[in-house]
Amino acid sequence: MKKTWTKVVVVALSCMMAFVMASCGGGGGSSDAEGGALHIGVIGPFTGGAALYGTAVKNGAELAVNEINANNPDGLQLVMDAQDDEHDAEKSVNAYNKLVDDGMQVLIGPTTSTPATAVAAEADANRTFLLTPSGSSPDVTAGHDNVFQLCFSDPNQGIASAEYMAANFADAKVGVIYKNDDNYSTGIYNKFNAEWEAQGKKVVAAETFTDGVTDFSAQLNSLKNAGADLVFLPIYYDAASNILTQADKMGYAPKFFGCDGMDGILSMEGFDTSLAEGLMLLTPFTPYSEDAKSKAFTEAYQEAYGELPIQFAADSYDCVYAIYDAFQKTGLDASASMADICEALIAQFTGDFVASGITADEMKWNANGEVEKTPKVCEIQDGKYVEK
Amino acid sequence: MNFLSSLISGLSLGSVYAIIALGYTMVYGISKMLNFAHGDVIMIGAYVSFIMSMHLGMNGWLALLVAMFVCTCLGVLIERLAYRPLRGTGSLAVLITAIGVSYFLQNMALLIWGANPRIFTSLFNGMAPIHAAGGQLNISAESIFTIAANIIIMIVLTLFVNKTKAGKAMRAVSEDNGAAQLMGINVNQSISLTFAIGSGLAAVAGVLMCSAYPVLIPTTGAMPGIKAFTAAVFGGIGSIPGAMIGGLILGIIEIFSRAYISTELADAIVFGCLIVVLLVRPTGLLGKKVHEKV
Repeated sequence: MKKTWTKVVVVALSCMMAFVMASCGGGGGSSDAEGGALHIGVIGPFTGGAALYGTAVKNGAELAVNEINANNPDGLQLVMDAQDDEHDAEKSVNAYNKLVDDGMQVLIGPTTSTPATAVAAEADANRTFLLTPSGSSPDVTAGHDNVFQLCFSDPNQGIASAEYMAANFADAKVGVIYKNDDNYSTGIYNKFNAEWEAQGKKVVAAETFTDGVTDFSAQLNSLKNAGADLVFLPIYYDAASNILTQADKMGYAPKFFGCDGMDGILSMEGFDTSLAEGLMLLTPFTPYSEDAKSKAFTEAYQEAYGELPIQFAADSYDCVYAIYDAFQKTGLDASASMADICEALIAQFTGDFVASGITADEMKWNANGEVEKTPKVCEIQDGKYVEK
Repeated sequence: MNFLSSLISGLSLGSVYAIIALGYTMVYGISKMLNFAHGDVIMIGAYVSFIMSMHLGMNGWLALLVAMFVCTCLGVLIERLAYRPLRGTGSLAVLITAIGVSYFLQNMALLIWGANPRIFTSLFNGMAPIHAAGGQLNISAESIFTIAANIIIMIVLTLFVNKTKAGKAMRAVSEDNGAAQLMGINVNQSISLTFAIGSGLAAVAGVLMCSAYPVLIPTTGAMPGIKAFTAAVFGGIGSIPGAMIGGLILGIIEIFSRAYISTELADAIVFGCLIVVLLVRPTGLLGKKVHEKV
């Protein structure tokens, strides 16, 4: 039996490898390099499990590019080329190389953190200016002067959450459930905990889970017994929906607080949105915002793509405008080389350039490539996000 | 109080494992193969039930019956198309085919239903949980029905295997395939019947599991499938009461290690216990020792 098992594992692994290699596919996008236009590359997963995010990033960028081109036909024009990476680091590097070969001058993307980390190293070596709309891990920017994030980095979300709670729920007993085999979740939790302790407070209970866990009764019981009345969930919305359902069944009703990974909880088919009533989350964008710019974006997006935009679309929309505005300040024209544009844009982004968009009125960047902007906190009321 | 509520969570999770483990154990008993696609049949059952009740407005219980029917057909179809042609070619070929079927089902679900999670509406929606000990102890309707369903299924199945003609035929085939054939038992029919029962129960397990843990994605069945397989081995693969005991013990160990030891180490403890049991009793808790005749 033992031998059989070894064989099984070997065969299974080789099957998987063959499968992964064979399923390389072509992306999409329009690519025709024009003389007077700035060539922007976009990378994200348009197929596979993370397709929701990549498609949103592509659509948001496309919307911004079309707007800019239509609004000043005589000014600087943009050309966008989007490539699929299927949320895979290796494919993402391939997509990047293809974009470079096709004459890309500035890169928006990759959409997800692991591919973004891999592409960041290549972009550094080739001197491509990289602005990721949503690759939020600190690994993406670490050690690269040409890599910038438009979204909050994971640690900064932890700090922002702790600051918000300290200001608004000063007496709360805070408990946490986080996913300890996930960089995103542990990254946020560690910074949150450090900041919370720096405020002279203590988390009453911190519970963990790993991939594939669906039963949260032990974790919830432990939080309940510790008397936690504010539960921080730096996790994605699918696991969170399980937690909300089970907490409701055991009659445990603390205030729940999530980060940007919680965005999407209302759009799951079959989800009883009353369970999320009162849930607070840190999110840079909400399609229900009353803000004029956000509203205009949401309407344009809905008209073009037939669905409500998620924050990834807003992030990439802001990326295009940030690059467009910064590029105009550099004084270069669209015929400049990728490397020259890279150095000029780095000088702008680390200088006194301030971008303005729908995810924040003012965005500045530090030398590490991390964005500095005011976080938005929303609360779910009557099945909608309400800004706090 | 914490102890009691953990115990109930453990029994309820264990009951789900036990019902799934039945599918593994029956199929192994009769055809000596590990049907790794079993976990994915559960997922298909849950999706079918979800589509029936959410999109076609069917009553939850009726949707369960439809899901059982679809899964029964699917199980028989898988056996007919993927496993029967390989019977007699050695266990490795069948095992790999089973893994292939598992991937096939997952990716088919991904194509049909997409990657976005669906939230399963509980079959027992609207039934209030039982409060005991002054509100300290909450027992959800899901827990009660899951545990009850497990016990009923176990009793009915044991009676079926021991008292009916078809059950007798199944036992004969599992004991000696060739001799059973010589006695005039239709081996193919017996094996098909086993797959039909196992897959029908998979639909029940899928609906019960998603009633308690509502997130439904194409890989929903994968991890519970592996845990239930562990439960089947734990209790002695091939034995029906073994599947029940293995499932319950596994569920209780899992919940108790999360509640009292560490949420991080829970899975390590579960699989550690499996290793210990297999070292002490290689055939599992209730497994029979079979002497190979030369």
